[in-house]
Amino acid sequence: MTSAPRYDERHHLVELRILAPTGALGAGFDADAFARGLAARPDVIACDAGSTDSGPAALGSGTPKLSAQAVTRDLRLLLKARAELGVPLIIGSCGTSGRDVGVDQVASLTRALAAEEHLRFKLGLIYSDQPAQRLKDLYDMGRIRPLANAPEIDRELFERSHTVAMMGVEPLQEALRNGCDVILAGRASDTALFAALPQMRGADPGLTWHMAKTIECGAACAIPPSANGLLATVRDDHFDVTTLAAGTRLTPRSVAAHTLYENADPYHIAEPSGVLDTTEATYEPVDGRTVRVRGARYLPADGYTNKLEGAELVGYQTIVIGGVRDRVVIDALPKLLPTAERYFDAKILDVFDGEVDPADIDIDYRLYGAGAVLTGSEPDSLAPRELGVLITVTAPDQETAHAIATFVAHASSHLPIAEYDGLVSTLAYPYSPPETDRGALYRFTLNHVATGVTPTELFRTVIEEL
Amino acid sequence: MTTLLDYCSLIRSKNAGPFTLTFDFMCHDQAAYDALVATRFLNENLFATLYGADPDQILVVNHPFALAVKVSLPRPAVQGDPHDTDCYAGQQYAPLMDMEVAPA
Repeated sequence: MTSAPRYDERHHLVELRILAPTGALGAGFDADAFARGLAARPDVIACDAGSTDSGPAALGSGTPKLSAQAVTRDLRLLLKARAELGVPLIIGSCGTSGRDVGVDQVASLTRALAAEEHLRFKLGLIYSDQPAQRLKDLYDMGRIRPLANAPEIDRELFERSHTVAMMGVEPLQEALRNGCDVILAGRASDTALFAALPQMRGADPGLTWHMAKTIECGAACAIPPSANGLLATVRDDHFDVTTLAAGTRLTPRSVAAHTLYENADPYHIAEPSGVLDTTEATYEPVDGRTVRVRGARYLPADGYTNKLEGAELVGYQTIVIGGVRDRVVIDALPKLLPTAERYFDAKILDVFDGEVDPADIDIDYRLYGAGAVLTGSEPDSLAPRELGVLITVTAPDQETAHAIATFVAHASSHLPIAEYDGLVSTLAYPYSPPETDRGALYRFTLNHVATGVTPTELFRTVIEEL
Repeated sequence: MTTLLDYCSLIRSKNAGPFTLTFDFMCHDQAAYDALVATRFLNENLFATLYGADPDQILVVNHPFALAVKVSLPRPAVQGDPHDTDCYAGQQYAPLMDMEVAPA
């Protein structure tokens, strides 16, 4: 079964429908809301499966944020629905980070589901990992340009870190033109997943980028916000956006406000080939569930750029969690901690017989209740009656981090309190042993773009028949 | 006394990518939005002082359709860096909500 044509007799676009079933693959969505979206006969189903928003660990380690079970649950519904409608399914930023390993993980779940559900389709895998040598060459040619607030980088960084490029619509469109029914993409601009097919079929770029930005988080702009989906209908000079979950509604304001979400500038949103300008956009109600949007423009850029995201290993961590209730200890702690730091430096030299340089070890105390959440920007003293203490030891390897944490935990519960004659336990530990190995710590390394690239050269596509 | 939260139905902070901190101040209604914008309370200098940023790197945008003011600035610590305490930047707005905002 295929969708009815939505072009008039002169081949002008009449209508295209885009279903965003969920804010993220594996986050879950309501089956009834999804069914409502399918009943509208969408031309494409799309969602992302990742983001940098949960931090650098997924990109650094290749481990996805959401479980294989949760991803399989969503994927099964999406693959079956796609097969029934005979329309493409596009999933981007597979495995949270969009690393090659993430695409391979989702691909292997997809193959297993295809076998279980007896589904046959053409699968397109688009990889976005960037080899270090390519990045060094781009760097040498001055073609890695910093964006706002970018960190300093050097040429050797690319050897130490893992880097992905963020694709725009073009690699997705190439896979669609090659007849792929299911596209599992590495790191991709969320909006590109929803804009790829409508733009290929001639829809206005300003409208489609704005539509894509509006629906890319699922029904985050609904009232109340929902993990369920949205349906967008793009016509020649406007698009309609409709919320799908029962008991939710959309207002012109809630839709307009979504351009603010996780975005620095709501009026100018950068894509690889240009900038979406929503300055002139207008929003009007159609009914309680649907809002009509017009007026956004797309300003093509001088040259094509792909954003680069990178993460590198910092070290390994062991943490200790404790609490303090004694007001004398709470008052004394800020003065005692610098003393403890000097003691730990000497202790590290002693215990490891000079083999571990204290300068390579970070011992960090966070005093929850006394301004830990707003480090440095807490306007007034919080005068806590109880303190949560989080001690984090970061070392070049896990074994060293753990060894140091054991004596840090011991010493921290026996701090010398000048006001008391004799020993008190200065920290209440909830666990025995108090130390927990946290594993690797990663940091983001890049907020840059690769310039002077063709839209597809940084990406690699593999197509297979299932 | 009128606080910033009195003007707003939602105040939130978020990451806008790992290197940028962004705040959304969603006003109760048109009157609250007009009144808040008129005070010029949410300006570059306030955020420069509170979050240690260069005023030139701070973007303040009024959004009349959303009845919102948006402020974006360099993240005080890069998301996930060793001494970052708020991976999603989700609690960084807290000191603002009870600040007194004198009517224009």
